[in-house]
Amino acid sequence: MIADAVIEAHGLTKTYGSAVAVDHISFSVGRGEIFGLLGPNGAGKTTTILMMLGLTEISEGEVRVLGFNPAREPLSVKRRVGYLPDTVGFYDNLTAADNLRYTARLIGFRAMEREKRIAAALDRVGLAEFADKAVGTFSRGMRQRLGLAEIVMKGAQIAILDEPTSGLDPYATTELLGIIRGFKAEGVSVLLSSHLLERVQSVCDRVALFSAGKIALMGSVPDLGRQVLGGGYVVDIEADGVGLPERLALIPGVSGVEKTGIGKLRLHADRDVRPEAAAEVVAMQGRLKYLGVQEASLEAIYTRYFEDKPEEAMKEGARHAA
Amino acid sequence: MQREGSAFSGLGVVMLKELSDHLTSIRFFVLELLVVVIALVTVYLATAQIKETVAEDPFLLLKLFTTARDPSPFSFLFFLSFLVPLIAIGMGFDSVNSEHNQRTLSRILSQPIYRDALLFGKFLGGLATLAIGLVVLWLLVIGLGLLFIGIPPGGEEIARIFVFLLVTIVYAGVWLALALLFSILFRSAATAALASLGLWLFLYVIWPMLAGQIAQIIAPPDPRYLALGLQTPGTAVLEQILSRLSPSTLFGEIVVALLDPTTRALGPIYLSQLQGAVLGAPLPFGESVLIAWPQMVGMIATAIVLFVIGYVIFQRQEVRA
Repeated sequence: MIADAVIEAHGLTKTYGSAVAVDHISFSVGRGEIFGLLGPNGAGKTTTILMMLGLTEISEGEVRVLGFNPAREPLSVKRRVGYLPDTVGFYDNLTAADNLRYTARLIGFRAMEREKRIAAALDRVGLAEFADKAVGTFSRGMRQRLGLAEIVMKGAQIAILDEPTSGLDPYATTELLGIIRGFKAEGVSVLLSSHLLERVQSVCDRVALFSAGKIALMGSVPDLGRQVLGGGYVVDIEADGVGLPERLALIPGVSGVEKTGIGKLRLHADRDVRPEAAAEVVAMQGRLKYLGVQEASLEAIYTRYFEDKPEEAMKEGARHAA
Repeated sequence: MQREGSAFSGLGVVMLKELSDHLTSIRFFVLELLVVVIALVTVYLATAQIKETVAEDPFLLLKLFTTARDPSPFSFLFFLSFLVPLIAIGMGFDSVNSEHNQRTLSRILSQPIYRDALLFGKFLGGLATLAIGLVVLWLLVIGLGLLFIGIPPGGEEIARIFVFLLVTIVYAGVWLALALLFSILFRSAATAALASLGLWLFLYVIWPMLAGQIAQIIAPPDPRYLALGLQTPGTAVLEQILSRLSPSTLFGEIVVALLDPTTRALGPIYLSQLQGAVLGAPLPFGESVLIAWPQMVGMIATAIVLFVIGYVIFQRQEVRA
């Protein structure tokens, strides 16, 4: 467990009748950390989030958010936590600023502070020029950004974002992820859920992979990669030079060399052998065109994990079909 | 265990937002326009009728509300009794489900307020809107009455009209609470509107007829009374009890007591009650209110019960779409 944790969940469980939506999960999120809850739709991510906000009853277990119990002290939690729901909605007939004004009044900011915070927040997410436009005219990406502006305005210590990037075009996604990184830079802890593994991988410090209401895997992406994919590194090289494969195979730590194309080689090693490989090519006076190490990708980790546990993947498929 | 903080923090904010939403909505404008036009027409017709027939009545201003141009039954009151539910339903049928459908509910509830504040604020916002509309309407009718008839109203008339206004606001509150309940129950606004309107039609049109039939089945009329061409007391009382389950009946009875000062009782009158009574003489204001008091309490209770049912359901509802 983390020493300076802002969210701590122990054995958190949610049941609907006999159906178990979230099954005894435990995790913690540190201050200033970006933590990803990843998994397919229906795996229990949103339910977990709602329990943390006190918006749905906890069946079993306990969660502490900034030291508060959301089931007993929901107002203290909600005052300090910003929440961006899955496909966030705003009042379409009101302007962006008016929507934020309503929220600011609900939070209880005074008039002077309210206007200052709203202007700053809209500026921060790049919506300043749209402040007086009705939200009905906004694109999906703008709505998501307005949702983030609300969290900025609130001055939240934790931002909980449910599927922030789903349904956005690549440009809007990049913008959004930029704002999320900005949160981290300000010391705001971010907990985000997503079923888009690849996109989220780039911003998360640590992730928890959900599957059928349980956390299947948790840790940083490289750690998970080692854990699931095995300890190996894969280094791709594009270079020419006679006898290069043989020379490369002699580098300590390299377990195999594979030809993947004309002048293209793939090294399997138990450590990052890029410096040595580069040195070899240069020593042979070969021309080095490409040298890269394959990062462990969440996609690969996820697929591999479920390949090893086909019965769980089957269950997942059945849930999806249902 | 006591929950933290006040259930009413944010209540005023929600109420003001609802009020401003309603007052600027086209829906409210249309409904209010409808009522104002009908008020103008019915009051105009009523004054014409009053000038012809009851020039000596001491309660002329009250007549303005209840008189229709012969031979039509269309008095201001007649329209009011079915337009008020219509407007109230129009204010409430999409108040909670629209938050679901616009996906604003979870965002709003993640702010430091309880659900209580949201629901209560929505009810009060709607009620305030209706109250504003009705006050305007009352002032309009009284003003027109003064212009057309030209006799200043007495203190008692003003008191009766004021209580009539309050009762109408409560009546609107009953239908607002009903519409709010359906807006919690049904995720689709159209379903909620149809269910509210259906129940309103049932209670307003069908139930009074049905109440008589049911009463006759449960307590068949005594043939001896029938032979004399009289209603059997047991049957009549049962019919009245049943028909009072409809808020429309309650409203009608209260209005009769308030606007017709000669009303002595709202149920069957027994001979003993008439001993020493001067028939046709008006009762004082306080006595009229007393006659309708049970009905008023019943109507307020109906509104509260409907709201509480909605409240309990809303508290247990999942916020996710």
